[in-house]
Amino acid sequence: MKMNMIDFFEALFQYEFLQKALFTSVMVGVICGIVGCFIILRGMSLMGDAISHAVLPGVAISYMLGISFFFGAVITGVLTAIGIGYVSQNSRIKHDMAIGIMFTSMFAVGIVIITFMKSSADLYHILFGNVLAVRMSDMWITVGIGVLVIGLVTLFYKELLVSTFDPTMAESYGLPNKWIHYALMVVLTMVTVASLQTVGIVLVVAMLITPAATAYLLTNRLSVMIYFAALFGIIASVFGLYFSFIYNLASGATIVLVSAFMFAMAFFFSPSQGLVWKALKARRNRAELMR
Amino acid sequence: MEHALEIERLFVSYLGNQVVKDITFSVKKGSLVGIIGPNGAGKSTLMKATLNLISKDKGDIKIFGEPLKKWKKNIAYVPQRSDIDWDFPITVIDVVLLGTYPKLGLFKRPTKSDREWAQECLKTVGMENFSGRQIGELSGGQQQRVFLARALAQKAELFFLDEPFVGIDVASEETIINILRDLKKEGKTILVVHHDLSKAESYFDHLLLLNQHMIHYGASEEVLQPEVITKAYANQFSFLQPKGVNVTS
Ligand SMILES: Nc1ncnc2c1ncn2[C@@H]1O[C@H](COP(=O)(O)OP(=O)(O)OP(=O)(O)O)[C@@H](O)[C@H]1O
Ligand SMILES: [Mg+2]
Repeated sequence: MKMNMIDFFEALFQYEFLQKALFTSVMVGVICGIVGCFIILRGMSLMGDAISHAVLPGVAISYMLGISFFFGAVITGVLTAIGIGYVSQNSRIKHDMAIGIMFTSMFAVGIVIITFMKSSADLYHILFGNVLAVRMSDMWITVGIGVLVIGLVTLFYKELLVSTFDPTMAESYGLPNKWIHYALMVVLTMVTVASLQTVGIVLVVAMLITPAATAYLLTNRLSVMIYFAALFGIIASVFGLYFSFIYNLASGATIVLVSAFMFAMAFFFSPSQGLVWKALKARRNRAELMR
Repeated sequence: MEHALEIERLFVSYLGNQVVKDITFSVKKGSLVGIIGPNGAGKSTLMKATLNLISKDKGDIKIFGEPLKKWKKNIAYVPQRSDIDWDFPITVIDVVLLGTYPKLGLFKRPTKSDREWAQECLKTVGMENFSGRQIGELSGGQQQRVFLARALAQKAELFFLDEPFVGIDVASEETIINILRDLKKEGKTILVVHHDLSKAESYFDHLLLLNQHMIHYGASEEVLQPEVITKAYANQFSFLQPKGVNVTS
């Protein structure tokens, strides 16, 4: 293990591709953590899953046309968000049903398009990520998205907090809830794009939800939760990349597993919410009453 | 005297089912008005439509003679039931602090004096010892008081309170009605949906009696006449009186 650590650091100094991979993963960890907080608190985990899958056709088409998949992904992602809203508002189809229908359809379209492409390695990389092949342009897109996300959340923190916690109050003092929702959808598709290289489409949702959920178990303040989620995202990215490099595993999977491990720790040992402490406390109380 | 609120010929329906029919009334600045009527009379619907939280079929609403849009930041609303997530990572004091947001404007953060003001509002409703608690870790009545504190923190001109006394103990009700009276003295205008007819006269200067249609709007003692009240509570009145609800007191 110690040898491996040294190997990793040596490689890190030596190879530019590894530096880029690490930098991009950390960035992705931060933005997924931040955006994930709002996604889970707004009860949109399923929506996050849907949007991240639904960008596939956009990515595939961009790939075929040889353009940056940023635009394709954002367009299909936003179209899906609008489509889900449209179907659920104009029929008796419930929101979760609409999500299920729309995102699987979009995903299927994407797969069909990709089968027309020559290599299946591309599909594999889009679905599961290939962080070691991060190009300079991908890195800059990620940085751009990161700056945008951090900037938006910093500037509109107040508004995001109110419209997430109490949409009725937000609306009654004139905040445009609907636009905030769609802006968040756009940001979500961008985050998905940024995460494509590191964790891949299939596992993006894990990076959105797991670090944020871990943070959720540890604090009663949104601002603290956001910092924690970003921190857990970074830890997952760094250690995930490390394990991926050392054991030659798919980076997406190792990153997600590290964050799942952190979640499990918080789930059992969080000072206020942890199952272990709760059980111990309950036992102590019962014992006291027995006396 | 200046009118804080004027509603003219308001109609509201849910899915084609009309529940607020042809309501017209106006409220003078600095009055404390009660809205009464049986369950399903459309009291909450009237408030929501006034605040444009649900769409109306028809009707004209003016706040201080201007469209609602201009006054939104000066209106505090406490709904009958908050559809919020009680597990949200937010403490009591931060909920109250939200009340200062409308007037802060974009990009500004609450200052130390805003925090002190929020703490003061919390103290007014007697909840100052709970400021660090997570909002879900309170009893129903305590939660209601926190939301009232938030409304106070808004330093609004108009207050819309939908059944603020439900689930609140007698002492706190007394405190809160005194707060409302103080607000009135400062020239604020307050509308309160209320169920307890026996207190209605001592609490409010004016009453709006509803049962989908507007039955009567006027001075409290005028509305609380048996022949007026019966029109709204048609099937319930014979049941109310033997129970000791004295509507003329
Ligand atoms: N979201 C809704 N969808 C459909 N109908 C509704 C909805 N909300 C209320 N209603 C109906 O509108 C009518 C008026 O409801 P409202 O909530 O305004 O009554 P209320 O006077 O506030 O009653 P309560 O004293 O019980 O609070 C009721 O008949 C109710 O069934
Ligand atoms: Mg009601």
